[in-house]
Amino acid sequence: MNKTVYFDNNATTKVAPEVLAAIEPYFCELYGNPSSMHTFGGQVGHNIRDARQQTADLLGCEPEEIVFTGCGTESDNAAIKGAIAAQPNKRKIITSRVEHPAVLQVCRDLDAEGYTLAEIGVDSQGSLDIDQLEEELDESVALVTIMHANNETGVVFPIEQIAEMVTSRGIIFHTDAVQTAGKIPLDMKESSIDLLSISGHKLHAPKGVGALYIRKGTRIKPFIVGGHQEANRRAGTENVPGIIGMGKACELAKDNIEDENTRVKDLRDRLEQQVVAKCSNCWVNSKEAPRLPNTSNISFEYIEGEAILLMLDQLGICASSGSACTSGSLEPSHVLRAMGVPFTAAHGSIRFSLSRYNTAEEIDYLAEHIPAVIEKLRELSPFAKK
Amino acid sequence: MWEYTDKLREHFFNPRNVGEIENPDGLGDVGSLACGDALRLTFKLDENGRIKDARFKTFGCASAIATSSVLTEMMKGKTLEEAEKITNKDIADYLGGLPEQKMHCSVMGREALEAAIENYRTGGQKKHELEGKVVCTCFGVTEEEIERIVAENNLTTTEQVTNYCKAGGGCGGCLGEIEKIIEKVQGQQAHKKPTPTHTRPKKLTNLQKINLIQQTINEQIRPALRAHGGNIELIDVESDKVIVAFREMCAQCHLAEFTMKEVVESKLREFVSEGIVVEEEEQSARQPHKHRE
Repeated sequence: MNKTVYFDNNATTKVAPEVLAAIEPYFCELYGNPSSMHTFGGQVGHNIRDARQQTADLLGCEPEEIVFTGCGTESDNAAIKGAIAAQPNKRKIITSRVEHPAVLQVCRDLDAEGYTLAEIGVDSQGSLDIDQLEEELDESVALVTIMHANNETGVVFPIEQIAEMVTSRGIIFHTDAVQTAGKIPLDMKESSIDLLSISGHKLHAPKGVGALYIRKGTRIKPFIVGGHQEANRRAGTENVPGIIGMGKACELAKDNIEDENTRVKDLRDRLEQQVVAKCSNCWVNSKEAPRLPNTSNISFEYIEGEAILLMLDQLGICASSGSACTSGSLEPSHVLRAMGVPFTAAHGSIRFSLSRYNTAEEIDYLAEHIPAVIEKLRELSPFAKK
Repeated sequence: MWEYTDKLREHFFNPRNVGEIENPDGLGDVGSLACGDALRLTFKLDENGRIKDARFKTFGCASAIATSSVLTEMMKGKTLEEAEKITNKDIADYLGGLPEQKMHCSVMGREALEAAIENYRTGGQKKHELEGKVVCTCFGVTEEEIERIVAENNLTTTEQVTNYCKAGGGCGGCLGEIEKIIEKVQGQQAHKKPTPTHTRPKKLTNLQKINLIQQTINEQIRPALRAHGGNIELIDVESDKVIVAFREMCAQCHLAEFTMKEVVESKLREFVSEGIVVEEEEQSARQPHKHRE
């Protein structure tokens, strides 16, 4: 196997060569601690300031509103636990049933600790039940945390409408925008969002760095303490190469957002059109809902996702699945189940997620080889119709 | 990524004996689409009563397909008495081992083999049916099956039982019962995990009692309801009367009344006090539970 066709960019992305070049000096040359009194360390602080500005530019906010973290999951944890801790008298949290575990598990843990949790459902296309959300909003709500776009289906929620509905009632609103930063334009100046999480490695920065946007004036209790870094909001010596990489990646993402929504989207559409045309009994999940330009979730009936992935892997094609068997759990994706995708198709769902580094040739390679994979597994399946 | 042996990968990419024998002597159907894997096994005997041909069709992951493939290879040439002796461990060993979480695939193979032999002997088109008391309702696993898997594979933890037959892998409501089965089978060998052994407190202040009720709901009751998209909220406590409200899926569930007595009340009696009576809040009770339609 000498060819790798990477269609798993919602899991992680390649570090952009420009990003790698930008962080390279921070290992053996500029390795000082930005908190040090000497010039050697202190100069690194200036570079972090630049990275903060680059990150703020992508989100359309002030640099002081950016806190660098260790990953998207940390940003989510810090936002939710921090906002809750700052309002001890309010005991209710609202989230959605299709969140990433970095949000859902945190909320369910709080639920088990005695908070009241409301989980908003979605329809068969994966769109959020906004009416249910409105009904749940009352004076006891401390925080609403709803993702911007879903990592499995790519469904984009009307985040500004939701943020406005929530914050106009004086409730703090957090969104997990890990999948949208760099794919959908964000402008915090024009937004009602209070807290927003992003992750470096989903937008061509290295793994191990994330950021949390905290709107000026939002009360939040620090999650990690024991140092003055990040204006006392996130203690611990800065991950300097990560932060520099994050800044550079955000700058590139801003420049490429147009490309993501035109060329990458066209590639995605080409992939869907070809796969659905060439394979029987399959469909695109959430096709009718607004979606990210790079994500496609396709269900292949009567066959199982892990088996499909292994056969694709043999061809050098990387994708992922919402099937139970891939995770080691025994039940398929909570997102597809929340949408009511039947079991005949939930176990056989495959997610293809693209990036600006994919090509039309790679799409055609997939389209050429996937029908045989599906056909072979259907021949093995006792449920497939002849 | 799973650690699959080369042998397993080879059987997955080049499965042997795929298909379905027409007019088979024995047919075994196990598993379902909902469970995520299913196997249809058919075989034909020769004039000496040995298995002449065996075929399979499998819906499932790579290890489910590979275990089905090796099962058909192992069966061929054996008499039914010999084939009957194949255990799930034999199948896994033949593949050079399976990841722990995939052991249930080998159990599915053994179950299909038994079902097919049973089908041959009883003659009817009888599918593999559940016998005895169902312990895990999420995956439909009986006490008898769990006992057997524990004994055959010398299992000592509930986690292993879940890996081998899925029991306990859904809502987790039956894990306590599985633990008891392990203890029964293994006797003193079972190395007990520090499970929250509770002794019901004798005397409680009102505040302690309310806290214990809340804790029992949080730890014992809610996780089971959650697994089915439901939720419960403690509304009030008046002496021994506990008032709760059902939320989310539970609010529409036709089993709400059953859940109230069998899950909520019995857990609170077990953990807090024998005299507890649970009632549903008026507003919650007015929700469209299907059983009231």
